Amino acid sequence: MKRSAVTIANCELEIHEGGAGAPLLFLHPASGFQASDPYVGLLSAHRRLIAPSHPGFGASQLPDWIDHVDDIAHIYLELMDRMGLDKVDLIGCSIGGWIAAEMLTKVPERFGKVMLVGPIGVKTGPTDRLDIPDIYVMPPADVQKLLFHDPAAMAVDPATLSDEALAIAARNRETLALLVWEPYMHNPKLRRRLHRVASPTLFVRGASDGLISAAYLESYAGLIPGATTAMIPQAGHAPQLEQPQAFAQMALDFLG
Amino acid sequence: MQAWHFSESAYPYLPPAETYPSIRVSLPSKHFDPVKGAALWDRYLEEWRIAEEEGLEIMLNEHHQTATCADPAAPMVLAALARITTKARLLILGNPIANRRQPVRVAEEMALCDVLSHGRLEAGFVRGVPYEISPANSNPVRMGDRFWEALDLIVKTWTSHDGPFSHEGRFFHHRNINIWPRAYQNPHPPVWVSTTSPGGAAEVGAKGFTQATFLTGFENTRKIYESYRAAWRKAGRGQDVPNHRLAYAALVYVGETEQEAHDGAEKLLWYVTANKVAPQFANPPGYAPVAAQVAMQRGAEHPLKQFSKNPSVEAAIRSGFMFAGTPDQVYEQIKRHYEYVGGYGHLLNMGQAGFLEHDDTVKGIRMFAREVYPRLKEAFPKTNLSGVFGDVPPAPPEAFVLRSSQKMNTQGPLISALGGAQA
Repeated sequence: MKRSAVTIANCELEIHEGGAGAPLLFLHPASGFQASDPYVGLLSAHRRLIAPSHPGFGASQLPDWIDHVDDIAHIYLELMDRMGLDKVDLIGCSIGGWIAAEMLTKVPERFGKVMLVGPIGVKTGPTDRLDIPDIYVMPPADVQKLLFHDPAAMAVDPATLSDEALAIAARNRETLALLVWEPYMHNPKLRRRLHRVASPTLFVRGASDGLISAAYLESYAGLIPGATTAMIPQAGHAPQLEQPQAFAQMALDFLG
Repeated sequence: MQAWHFSESAYPYLPPAETYPSIRVSLPSKHFDPVKGAALWDRYLEEWRIAEEEGLEIMLNEHHQTATCADPAAPMVLAALARITTKARLLILGNPIANRRQPVRVAEEMALCDVLSHGRLEAGFVRGVPYEISPANSNPVRMGDRFWEALDLIVKTWTSHDGPFSHEGRFFHHRNINIWPRAYQNPHPPVWVSTTSPGGAAEVGAKGFTQATFLTGFENTRKIYESYRAAWRKAGRGQDVPNHRLAYAALVYVGETEQEAHDGAEKLLWYVTANKVAPQFANPPGYAPVAAQVAMQRGAEHPLKQFSKNPSVEAAIRSGFMFAGTPDQVYEQIKRHYEYVGGYGHLLNMGQAGFLEHDDTVKGIRMFAREVYPRLKEAFPKTNLSGVFGDVPPAPPEAFVLRSSQKMNTQGPLISALGGAQA
């Protein structure tokens, strides 16, 4: 994967790009994009993979005017223009799925097939119960249990990370909080806009995902005409990390 | 030197600390007995009244969803104090305006309290400790930016008297701002801001507001004040920084004997030792800067968290966040601290905490007010400048430190940092 920089609306974005073939835009989850993750190579072996780091994540800047997922959706639509991408397939994971959903409602005709993996972004449940558990009121170890099928296997010892990697991780967490704090992990308007989506859309969750329940995924999928759902066993909120082979296979089979 | 009696108006009658994960945010309110709570409020208001009688000024604050401070709406208690006192200055420190949705409403509350007290209000503003984030449902990111936009708007709201104006800012929008009543003091009540970091102090110094810092001991207080003074001068406010622009909050207890002082002081440490905060509330993402987050991952700890692992009155005095002892001892401790940090004009006395009962609290107030305060006023008049250092090492001489006869008996697990930020 190559890294380059593009500046849009005063925001310098880090762009990862690799592989050849029909373009596939990949929108990363809250943990950011790491080109060394095994699923990346599995996808870029078959497609031209384009993965921007969201504003405030990785090495991308965070201008002070950005505070909403919708801001990022607009930036990425311009990124598609700049890169000459008339039409792309799209994978979005977690918050990347939310950004993807916002993009889809604005220019549905510019997207081919879409896979949303453990996406956040809508609220469909009752007022007195969160659709997605509040990760900000539980001990950090409990969040790991919700995130991963096998938290012990996915644990990272901070002592093994560089200061730079720790700083990026801390900044990723900060930007996530900025974007999802209130309303909690959703845009109340999004569910009233998703009927515009024209793409074949596959909603995916890891079978052990403690954040995105099966019921949430079904109700989210129900907002997009013709959308289908699928599950990846022995994976939590990040099946692309816990089951990279199964994830990549599912993605490539669906995208064709 | 002006001294202020400060209590966080705690509700201390709790089950054992090991039975709950956090005294803040999530502790169920079933543990609050309204009858006992009302009696406590009678007591705390009376203690402030006695403090006034003894010649002290009055300070109060607010916290939310916590037994450490049963005052989640300080402007309301401020209004009560405005009517049961007649001469003390009334410092609210402060309004958590990064967590308040309507700065104009805060300006209204403060203006009304200023009128109710006939101009005795000192209006303080705080960013708020990290565990205020969740109770306020407030975004922990960009709090500083929200804070300053809100404060600028509040000051403008107080000082605009020619009909409505509008504000369309980054965080706040308000049309037709035209508050009634206007503040009693002209142009507006004195503004205080608390911060416990040199970076924060620089912002306060540049604006020339009164700066308060809490329990920051010797070295950190000195750094914070230096930063304030440098920013004050850089902003063109002149070389001279009046000492009354700076305030220091410490745990203060004065007894007739060392034993009496030690007993009272030990009870004051409740604020540090009882402040058991779950990590997710103590460090929400975005509250502390990225560099500080990395340092924490590498094992850095807040000084008060380190202290709480082995707390004692003696260590608290040596660290410079507690002044306790006989009148002579306390005077020498404060003098030493004052000279080491370069001088300040306000001492914010945390003179009541946890299980320090009414009689002992009043005893401490009276002993301070009668035996120590007159000496402080004489030694450190309001005309003193800040930034003048005594040639002294930070730690007070042995004779002025209370010796602990035994380790403290602390309740359960200890704090997870008293904030690392503003009170």
